[in-house]
Amino acid sequence: MDLSLQVNNVTVRYGGFTALDNIRLEVQQHTTLGLVGESGSGKSTLARVIAGLIIPDQGQLLLDAEPLTGKRTREQRKKIQMIFQNPDASLNPKHSIRQILAEALLFHKIVGRAEVEKRSRQLLERVSLEGKALDKYPHEFSGGQRQRIAIARALSVEPSLLIADEPTSALDVSVQLSVLELLGTLKSELNLTMLFISHDLGVIHAVSDKVAVMRQGKLVEVSPKDRFFSRPEAAYSRELLSAVPQMPTMKTSGGLHEPRT
Amino acid sequence: MATTPVLEIEDLTLTAKTQEVLVKDVSFSLNQGESLGLVGESGSGKSLTLRAVLGLLPRGIEQTGGVIRSAADSAMVFQDPRGALDPLCPVVKQVAEVVYYRQRLSRKASRAAALELLHMLGLPDSLRKTDRYPGQLSGGQCQRIVIAMALACKPGILLCDEPTTALDVTVQKQIMETVGRLQQELGFAMIFVTHNLAVAAAMCSRLAVMKKGEIVEQGSTLSVLQEPQNPYTQMLINSVLPVPELAPEGSGVLWT
Repeated sequence: MDLSLQVNNVTVRYGGFTALDNIRLEVQQHTTLGLVGESGSGKSTLARVIAGLIIPDQGQLLLDAEPLTGKRTREQRKKIQMIFQNPDASLNPKHSIRQILAEALLFHKIVGRAEVEKRSRQLLERVSLEGKALDKYPHEFSGGQRQRIAIARALSVEPSLLIADEPTSALDVSVQLSVLELLGTLKSELNLTMLFISHDLGVIHAVSDKVAVMRQGKLVEVSPKDRFFSRPEAAYSRELLSAVPQMPTMKTSGGLHEPRT
Repeated sequence: MATTPVLEIEDLTLTAKTQEVLVKDVSFSLNQGESLGLVGESGSGKSLTLRAVLGLLPRGIEQTGGVIRSAADSAMVFQDPRGALDPLCPVVKQVAEVVYYRQRLSRKASRAAALELLHMLGLPDSLRKTDRYPGQLSGGQCQRIVIAMALACKPGILLCDEPTTALDVTVQKQIMETVGRLQQELGFAMIFVTHNLAVAAAMCSRLAVMKKGEIVEQGSTLSVLQEPQNPYTQMLINSVLPVPELAPEGSGVLWT
């Protein structure tokens, strides 16, 4: 299978602190790589390096076998899109949904001015929102709907790699499920390649093909999903997995905390 | 275990200034040493119910009906430990201050009691020599400090408002174990608000499910989770994303 993204020996330092330490990572086309780790492990920094928001101190990135330079071209930026954790902060509150979607479409010259309206409606339909949402503002939507709008905006420019940085952490469980289902459908319909960051192992299990684990700026494991969840290689992965509270399945005494061994 | 309830809530109704009813006819009781999990999605009134017990309703929200009968003091652990601590005051001093006012000890005895509490919560003994500011501690350590401050009030009821939501899973597990152990040692009753059903199941013997300000179902943890009567409870259970069981360590080297 062809490689979509290659991260070669990327290092990022903030002052004396090493946020990313010699990261090597590959993402195959049309697959989802789940990136897990605790807070401060460097997940988001890596996402930002890939999106071009942080220039790494060392290392190189390749997208579809083309090197990504420090100063990216408009075409390179278009190819990598990102969905953030908090949809309230990633949508401009003073722009209507029409403006939010049109801005991206026109900037990257995806469609001509005459077709913007039609394309925007199609995009909303794809994320299960009605066309009349175009005239509304972000605050008129619920958190889940806002995240759908952010997804529509990210997909509007037809990226080849979608980075989702904790896209469902701010949402309720029932809404989380519908957003994940949407991402799953879009992935198969549009043949997306995704880098999915989450600290929630249940979410990672639901979306990923492969799982990468980060700790203190280092990549400790990259494994196919099934192997990761049943027989993780790194001791740290095992520690992470065994810390997840489980729903009781058997009729045991219940109530008291019974950690999984 | 004594069966006298330490807390009884009957038909609690909370209304906002806009006449919007935020919590409607909520009733439950809590026995000594018992733990009740209050689960539901955002906006379901879980936190407001807790705040009503504490008598700390946000401005503009009033209790318009019902009674809260409480036979014990209550103390609260908040979701965001950094937000619950004074960033400009060293942590031992903060805990000692609570001990000083609530237990009416001398300054010196307060400090000793505070250090003992911190030791009980598994915080490093180096705090004895050098006090630290909240910013110098990790999120999990800050949450332990907050729990120590709540316990310094010697509460009969500990109210926990999503105490582990802001924490990483490994830290969450440690905090859950610590709270569970302390409950056994000190015998306080607990109301544990969370949106994570698995956490609630691990911590509580009874669950109450809230939706839009009302309790739609309550009962023992296992019966609620295994034989949910309400479609909303069922929906919540269905939206839990499972993590598969780990293969036991060292078992079988081959995988196919």
